[in-house]
Amino acid sequence: MTEWTDITVMVMRKLNYFIKEGVGSIFTHRFMSFASVFIIVACLLIMGSFSLLALNVDRIIDTLEDENQIMVFIDENFTETAARSLEGTISAIPNVTSVEFVSREMALDSFKDLYEDSSLLEDLDADVLRDRYIVYLDDISQMAETQYELAKVDGVVKVNAHLEISEGFIKVRNIVSAVSLLLVAVLLVISLFIMSNTIKLTTFDRREEIAIMKMVGATSSFIRWPFVVQGLILGLLGALLAFLAQWGLYQLVSSNIVSGTGLSFISVIPFEKVSIYILASFLAIGLGVGIFGSIMAIKNYLKV
Amino acid sequence: MVQMTDVFKVYENGTKALKGIDFKINDGEFVFLVGPSGSGKSTIIKLITGEIFPTEGSVIVNDFNMNKIRFSQLPYLRRSLGVIFQDFRLLENKSVYENIAFAMRVIGASNKEIRRRVPYVIDLVGLNDCTKRRPMELSGGEQQRVAIARALINNPKLIIADEPTGNLDPARSLEIMVLLQKINTLGTTVMVVTHEKELVNRFSKRVITLDGGRIISDGMDGYYSYGNEKAELFH
Ligand SMILES: Nc1ncnc2c1ncn2[C@@H]1O[C@H](COP(=O)(O)OP(=O)(O)O)[C@@H](O)[C@H]1O
Ligand SMILES: [Mg+2]
Repeated sequence: MTEWTDITVMVMRKLNYFIKEGVGSIFTHRFMSFASVFIIVACLLIMGSFSLLALNVDRIIDTLEDENQIMVFIDENFTETAARSLEGTISAIPNVTSVEFVSREMALDSFKDLYEDSSLLEDLDADVLRDRYIVYLDDISQMAETQYELAKVDGVVKVNAHLEISEGFIKVRNIVSAVSLLLVAVLLVISLFIMSNTIKLTTFDRREEIAIMKMVGATSSFIRWPFVVQGLILGLLGALLAFLAQWGLYQLVSSNIVSGTGLSFISVIPFEKVSIYILASFLAIGLGVGIFGSIMAIKNYLKV
Repeated sequence: MVQMTDVFKVYENGTKALKGIDFKINDGEFVFLVGPSGSGKSTIIKLITGEIFPTEGSVIVNDFNMNKIRFSQLPYLRRSLGVIFQDFRLLENKSVYENIAFAMRVIGASNKEIRRRVPYVIDLVGLNDCTKRRPMELSGGEQQRVAIARALINNPKLIIADEPTGNLDPARSLEIMVLLQKINTLGTTVMVVTHEKELVNRFSKRVITLDGGRIISDGMDGYYSYGNEKAELFH
C-alpha cells in the first residue's frame, strides 16, 4: 500500500515539475510558441478542408452509384421468354449488383404515359420495341469494363451507360485524394519542422541546465519530459483552435454552396456527422507533432 | 573506487591521449592527479564520468564496468559521482540555494528531502550567508563552494575535481583544498586534478603524476615529482 502511494507521490511530483517547466518555456518564447501554434492550425485547416472535400466528393459518387444504371437492350427478335432467360447470364457479370427486367410492353406503356399527346410515336426509336434490363453496378469506376462485358452477351444489341458523368467524378475524386494525401504529408513535415525548431530554442536556452542535469545523473526521460510537455501543449492548442476554425469554415462554405449557387442538387455532409473524426484526427496529429517535434529537438543533447 | 587497467584512449582525430594507464583508487582515499597540460588528466576524468569510453583496457568506477555499461545506466553511475570544474558551471538565473537544490530535484527528490539536505550542505561548505544570492554576486571562491555543495548534495561516493582552483588566487585555492580534504575525512573519496605544485606539496597525500599519456610516478609521499623544465610549461 505505502509503496503504491509513494510511487503516486513521486509521479505527481515529477508531473508537477514537467508541467511547470513546459508551460514556463512556452511563455519564455511567446512569439515562437504563437507562431508554431499558428502554423499547426494552418496546416490542420488545410489538411481538414481537403479531407472534407474528398469525403464530400466520395459521397456524391456514392449517390451517383445508387442512381446509376446501365440500360441493356435485347435483340427485338428474341421472344420475351428468351429475353428473360438472359437474366442469369447478366447477373453473373462481375460488378453487377442487381438487374431488373422491363418488357417492351411495359416500356411502351410508360413511354406513352410520358408523351401522351405527342406524335412522337410515329418515329419511334427501335429501342422502344425491345425488351431490356436495368442493370445496377457496384463500382462506378469500372463502368466501362462492365459495359463491355454486357455488350458481349449473346442477344444484347445495345448498352447505354452514362460514362462521362462517372468518369468525371472519379477523376475529381482521384485528384482530390491525391492532393489531400500529398498535402497531409508535406504539411506534416512542415509542422514537425516548425515545432522542433520552436522547442530547439528552448533547448538552446537551457543547454547549460541540460548539461548539469546529465552531470548529476538525471535520466534521459526526465530531461526530455519538460520539452515533450511543451510540445504537447502547443500541439493540443493547435488542434483545438484548428477544430473550431474548421467548424466555422465548413459551415460557411457548405451553407453558401447549398443556398447561393446553382449546385443545390449536391447535398453536403453535415459537420456534426464527421466532427468527432475531425477532432480525433486533429488531436492525434497535433499531439503527435508535439511529441515527435520535441523528441527531435532534444535528441542531440542526450547523447552520452 | 576507481580502477583502470592498461587503458588506452585514442580520440577520433587520432590523438593518443592515454598510452597504458594503470591505477586503483580505493574508497576513502584522497588523490591528486597532476601533470602538464595535455598529459591526459581530463581524459581520465571523462573516462570516469562516462563522457568517453576507453579505446582499450578496462575502467571500473564504483562497481560500474565502464566497458560494458549501458546508456540507461549512465545516470546511476553519475549519481555516485560529484563532479567539480574549473569554471564552476553554475546556473546564472538561479540562486545559490536553487543551484544546489536543482541537482536533487532533477533526480526526483521530494521538496521535503531537499529542504532537509540543502541547508546541511550549505553549512558544510560555509555559505550560510549567501543562499539567496546569484552566482554573479559571489566571489570565485564562493562560486566554487556552491559547485562543491552541488557535487555533494546527492551524497556521492566519489568527488572528482578537474582543476578546481584554476581560476582562484592562492589563498582561495588553499581554502578549497582544505574544504575538499574535510569532505574526504567525512568519508567521501576525493580525486583532485591540478598542476599547482605548491598546493599539492602542502598536503601529504597520494600523488599520481601523468606525462604524455603515461603515469610516471604514483606515490604517497605527497611530492609533486617532475622536472623543472616541464613545470615551466604550465606558465
Ligand atoms: N575531444 C578531443 N579530441 C581530440 N583530442 C583531444 C580531445 N580532448 C583532448 N584531446 C587531446 O588529448 C590530449 C590530452 O588532453 P587532456 O586529457 O585534456 O589533457 P589535460 O587535461 O591533462 O590537459 C591532448 O593532446 C589533447 O589535445
Ligand atoms: Mg584538463
